[in-house]
Amino acid sequence: MSLAEKELDDPVVSNDDAVPKGKEQRLVTLVKRHSVVVRVTHWITVLCLTMLLMSGLQIFNARPQLDFGIKTDFDHPPAVIDSDKVDGKARGYVRIGDHRFDTTGVLGLSEFEGKPTERAFPSWATLPGEQDLGTGRAIHFVFAWLFVANGLVYLLWGFATRHFRRDFLPSRTQWRHIGGEILDHARLRFPKGEQARQYNAIQKMTYFAVAFVLLPLLVLAGWAMSPGLDAAFPFLLHVFGGRQTARSIHFLAAFGVVLFVVVHVALVLLSGLFNNMRSMVTGWYDIGQERDIHG
Amino acid sequence: MVDRSTTRRALLARGATVLGALALAGCENVTDNPLVKEVLGGVGGLNRKVQEAMLGPEQLAQEYELSDVSTDFYANGSTDPDDKHYRSMAANGFKAYKLVVDGLVERPIELTMAELRAMPARTQITRHDCVEGWSCIGQWTGAPLQAVLDRVGVKPTAQYVVFHCFDTMDDGDPSGPTPFYGSIDLLAARHPQTILAYDKAGKPLEVKYGAPLRLRVERQLGYKMTKYIKRIQLMSDFKDIGQGKGGYWEDTGYQWYAGI
Repeated sequence: MSLAEKELDDPVVSNDDAVPKGKEQRLVTLVKRHSVVVRVTHWITVLCLTMLLMSGLQIFNARPQLDFGIKTDFDHPPAVIDSDKVDGKARGYVRIGDHRFDTTGVLGLSEFEGKPTERAFPSWATLPGEQDLGTGRAIHFVFAWLFVANGLVYLLWGFATRHFRRDFLPSRTQWRHIGGEILDHARLRFPKGEQARQYNAIQKMTYFAVAFVLLPLLVLAGWAMSPGLDAAFPFLLHVFGGRQTARSIHFLAAFGVVLFVVVHVALVLLSGLFNNMRSMVTGWYDIGQERDIHG
Repeated sequence: MVDRSTTRRALLARGATVLGALALAGCENVTDNPLVKEVLGGVGGLNRKVQEAMLGPEQLAQEYELSDVSTDFYANGSTDPDDKHYRSMAANGFKAYKLVVDGLVERPIELTMAELRAMPARTQITRHDCVEGWSCIGQWTGAPLQAVLDRVGVKPTAQYVVFHCFDTMDDGDPSGPTPFYGSIDLLAARHPQTILAYDKAGKPLEVKYGAPLRLRVERQLGYKMTKYIKRIQLMSDFKDIGQGKGGYWEDTGYQWYAGI
């Protein structure tokens, strides 16, 4: 039996000191939710993804268009961020296919050092803030290496301790109740008590998809943009159908991660910021009192 | 009694404040910090070591079909050198052109275009990947650099092949435009797809693509592929040329190794 499982079987039950005297005492049931490996690799991932996203937008700004296939279409790319003049006024826009969206102030045209400047993603979203492709690439590579090394530690540990099998694959019972769980989620009713001891099925499937599909896809698509790695591993170009498709998938997968993070952070806030932060910093999570969430 | 959760909360808040302050202070000049500079400068070397360990010396970049060739192959960087000597040679079909090959070699030589064209040639349809993110497919014909190196005999002390070019970059430097140059190592120089290209799509290079002679290094990014080559110099070190980083673009901040 692994250490984590043992800890889960021995919850620490204590009275919450934070509840002022005189008010109703709430029973706090702390369980060890996250091992030290999960906690450390989680926060390194947060740092890496932030730096990778911002330096990635810097790199994207050098050629802010998306193409598919083996080569670039300079005349009419499938999607582009650009700027032009409308009635004598500079406007920023995003064009996807034949649909044009005015994004002045954020995309295509934004303030930089007090002046409206033509740039795809605005200064506040890129690293460095000014247009500097060389430094942006260096930052991207440093954190790409850290991300991959950290990810390998996490994956090896997760397989060795059966963390993924235990925590990322829904149990039979969970599959049977998947309908009710989706409804509870939609109503923002989060499990308490015994049901909160483990991830629910939606959590398990989401973390599985992010750790084993989305992030590996992002890394592979990044590698497929490297002429050196393409020569070493020609299958990279074949699986993606060309370097430009890989570049677009890299970009879209990055925004898939952004979408995941937005939902993840929103649910962390809604289901108890302090309890969640405590569990990802110290490992201890309060599963609270049992209640019938299907009632 | 000490309130455990409140102190933890306070600690978390303080930690977040410190991190936030660091991030804000850092945005200004964190890239001037010597350690940060070293890490950012060193990552290119790590990329190079790992890729070279993965790549066999002969492993080819993918080659494409004629039907894949870009009809609008993008030309960037210099597209029309100002150099008077260059312009007069261009006006006369580069008949007066001579490629100088010297430095750490046994037999320095000068090669005319006719002599270069008389050497065994290689034609390849390859993908040109720009550091900016775009790709074009082009058909190139030229003399393998390996054959030129064999002809001059590379001395054992040579480490790098430095390309001096006719074009200059006007980057506002008060001392005048900066001469363009670049460099690759002998591993890249001896790769079978590394050629001194003189034809594109079966016709002599147009000026915008680097006439009369430009480099193709197919396992690296476009900024390594110098155009308008004037002189090839074998060197043990490039620290005394330009700003010492091994190329015009490297001097402006790009990584020397451009396999990624």
